[in-house]
Amino acid sequence: MKHLYTWTAILLVTVTSVVGDILLARAMKQVGDVHQLWRQVGVWEIVVRVFTNRDFCLGLAAMAAAFFSLLFALSWGDVSLVAPAASSLTFIGTAFAAKIFLHEKVDRRRWIAALLVAAGVALLAG
Amino acid sequence: MTFRKYLVLAGVTVFAAAGDSMLSYGMKQTGNISLHHLGSVIVAVFNPWIAVGIVFLLAFFAAYMNALSWADLTYVLPATSLGYVLLALIARFALHEQVSLLRWLGIALISGGVSFVAGGPALTSHKHGEKSHTLEPEAARVTGIVNSGDSYQGMPSGVPYPTAKSAPLGADSSTDE
Repeated sequence: MKHLYTWTAILLVTVTSVVGDILLARAMKQVGDVHQLWRQVGVWEIVVRVFTNRDFCLGLAAMAAAFFSLLFALSWGDVSLVAPAASSLTFIGTAFAAKIFLHEKVDRRRWIAALLVAAGVALLAG
Repeated sequence: MTFRKYLVLAGVTVFAAAGDSMLSYGMKQTGNISLHHLGSVIVAVFNPWIAVGIVFLLAFFAAYMNALSWADLTYVLPATSLGYVLLALIARFALHEQVSLLRWLGIALISGGVSFVAGGPALTSHKHGEKSHTLEPEAARVTGIVNSGDSYQGMPSGVPYPTAKSAPLGADSSTDE
């Protein structure tokens, strides 16, 4: 039963952080290249555009949810399982979600990178 | 990729690692925070290590958002995962903690993953970029000076570089004669 709780928590952390990352990435693509906008409209206009972007606010909320679900997951489950499992699953989940929702071209090079990093993070944090 | 963009990616990596290690160092000084004594969170924020750590994490977030505005999520995430390696190296050489063989293997895997993604383009999707606020005048001005190794993938292959303009003019006149 404890395993079920732990893995539910890990799944919750993973899903909320993937959703948060996707929304934030989409928001920043809508805002546009910050380096170009900086010269055109100035820094304050960029800040206003970012903070009034709907996806940015939703992404921030999802990130907050991910943070608090990680806190709860850590209080239920074993730290040495929850932290590495959640962060390495997030790398793989993000690659899938970015392909589907952000239409990024996740080629073989990027799949290998995501899998290597996910495995490395699991080893490092475990 | 310009030097400035590499700096932003380095900022994401370094600020996250520095912020995390400062928070963890500060939290060890303040001790446990229980749900029944949430007031101790406010005390923790006044710990200098935690305060500076929060500033670093805010800087991380700004750099992360900056990077996401011109690069793919599947590029930024692996490219900045070197922060995990940095944390392990800080633990080994600054804090003199033991780093096990498995962790060194983890460091090697992450570094391999980073080198894989760093060799490819930073941006592959333009679907959302096209909806962004108007950039046309700027885009028209810079179209000719986009470097071939840059993240921009949409330039037609036949567009000549402005630096090549002067040479063919002279060459044409000489071949005509």
